[in-house]
Amino acid sequence: MTTTAATRPTFSVDLWWIPRAIVLGLLAFAIFGPLANLVLWTVTERWYFPHALPLEYGVSYWGRVFSPRGTAMESLTNSVVVAFLTVALAMALAVPAGYALARLKLPWRALIMLAFLIPQAFPNLPVYVNIARLFYQFGLNGTVAGVVLVHVTHGLVYAVWIATAAFSAIDRELEDAARSIGASPLRTFRDVTLPLAAPGLLASAIFVFLESLDEFTGSYFVGAPDVNTMPLLLYTASSGGNYQIASITAVLLLIPSVGFMLVVERFLKSDVLSKVGH
Amino acid sequence: MSNTAPNRILGLLLVLPALAVIVLLFVVPLASSVIGAFETGDGFGLDNFAKAFELYTSDIIFTVVIVSISTVLIGLLSVAIGGYLVLGENPRAVAILRWLYRWPLFIPFIVVGQILRTFLAKNGLMNNILIEAGLITPLQAVSFLDWRGIVIAFVWKQTPFVALLVSGAMSALDRSTIEAARNLGSSRLRILFEIIVPQVATTMMVGLVLSFVTMMSVLSVPLMINAQSPTMITADIAFRINAYGDYGVANALGLISLVASGCVGWFYLRQTMKERA
Repeated sequence: MTTTAATRPTFSVDLWWIPRAIVLGLLAFAIFGPLANLVLWTVTERWYFPHALPLEYGVSYWGRVFSPRGTAMESLTNSVVVAFLTVALAMALAVPAGYALARLKLPWRALIMLAFLIPQAFPNLPVYVNIARLFYQFGLNGTVAGVVLVHVTHGLVYAVWIATAAFSAIDRELEDAARSIGASPLRTFRDVTLPLAAPGLLASAIFVFLESLDEFTGSYFVGAPDVNTMPLLLYTASSGGNYQIASITAVLLLIPSVGFMLVVERFLKSDVLSKVGH
Repeated sequence: MSNTAPNRILGLLLVLPALAVIVLLFVVPLASSVIGAFETGDGFGLDNFAKAFELYTSDIIFTVVIVSISTVLIGLLSVAIGGYLVLGENPRAVAILRWLYRWPLFIPFIVVGQILRTFLAKNGLMNNILIEAGLITPLQAVSFLDWRGIVIAFVWKQTPFVALLVSGAMSALDRSTIEAARNLGSSRLRILFEIIVPQVATTMMVGLVLSFVTMMSVLSVPLMINAQSPTMITADIAFRINAYGDYGVANALGLISLVASGCVGWFYLRQTMKERA
């Protein structure tokens, strides 16, 4: 907050870099300190209290993770397959729903919007236990399809809300213009609306992808031990006290997350962001 | 598009598949867990709730308090970040902040748990740096892996999300009122709280409500950072199921945290309705 009042052109500008540098430096430490610690753990062979830095560095744990007999490769494949299938199904459901919520008059619109929030609003654990019981009857427990269905339910709020915002941000007159020169509603949607909404829709697809990679509780009850994903591997390694394996898994999960963070604003423009939740 | 009956039916048909997934895969199991909360050995009753409050009252209060503290901190930090991004006069400082604040945005909760578990521990990098810098002695080093660790994890992970929404809404605002107030000599802090924040309040509330309910249902962070008492309701639910197979009390605890989330959601809905009216 101190930086808000930190620039006043009446004085030598250089002096204002002192408070600015302090605040930005503290923020940088708060963000990169923990990340640096994680990266250190991935190249640590031995490290214990009270040594500030690891006693011995090495990459032997990376070899252990990626060895053919290791479980990490299997978890990585599972996670990526599940995430892609989740995105395909969630977008197939969210694009029509988002269009209807943005453009068509719907009864109980606010209630429908809120319905998609339900999976985020309830502690998922007891629900997943009941889903696992339900899936067991249909033979879906321990299958990729079962895990995908759980992830889709969890990710739909992002898919539908962002898709709705992306469609709402499009100037309606462009659609009306296409209609008035004789384009059919379907053609207008395909050639005008969809391309204009594409960046927002892509952003919501990536949100769903990352939600699926992140998802832990549902995978644990519905997938494990047959469908092992990366978060499950990370949790087992960490609770077993194996910080190296846990940190390497964490870094592998970090790469797509940080990559998307760096490009997100290319997809999610402020005109779309300001429509989220409306 | 006119408000005609065929249009309404088309709209409902387009929404229906997505709604069906939510109903079948979430509302139905949710209903059975709500019913399960009232199921006792002999018919229906409040025994599960009696037991839940007897064993976990402190955890219930603890959960609501730390999630509320986290939500308030996230709100303050995201207004500060968004405000500086919009009103900051030094382009270089604004650019650095814009690049900096978003890093934790999409980092999964389970990874945040692992990151902060190693960073905040008694022998973690934070204490090590403080000791090396001579600020504290090794004997003064304390572990932050308690309620503070959970709050830090939540704020660390959720602030970028709300700040992204808030700063997006702020930069979409009409600049002319801000420039006018600026020309009349208003301070930037006053412009922020009297002109900008009221206009982005809806977006900010959406972000905070989403964060609140997300934090209420995170299991990995309390399990990895602080699984001892007092801990969060989610860890208790996992414990009841894993250790005792006690679905009754687990479902009762689930219903209690649903009520807490529901209050926040209801508050948000009421605000939106008021604005639309």
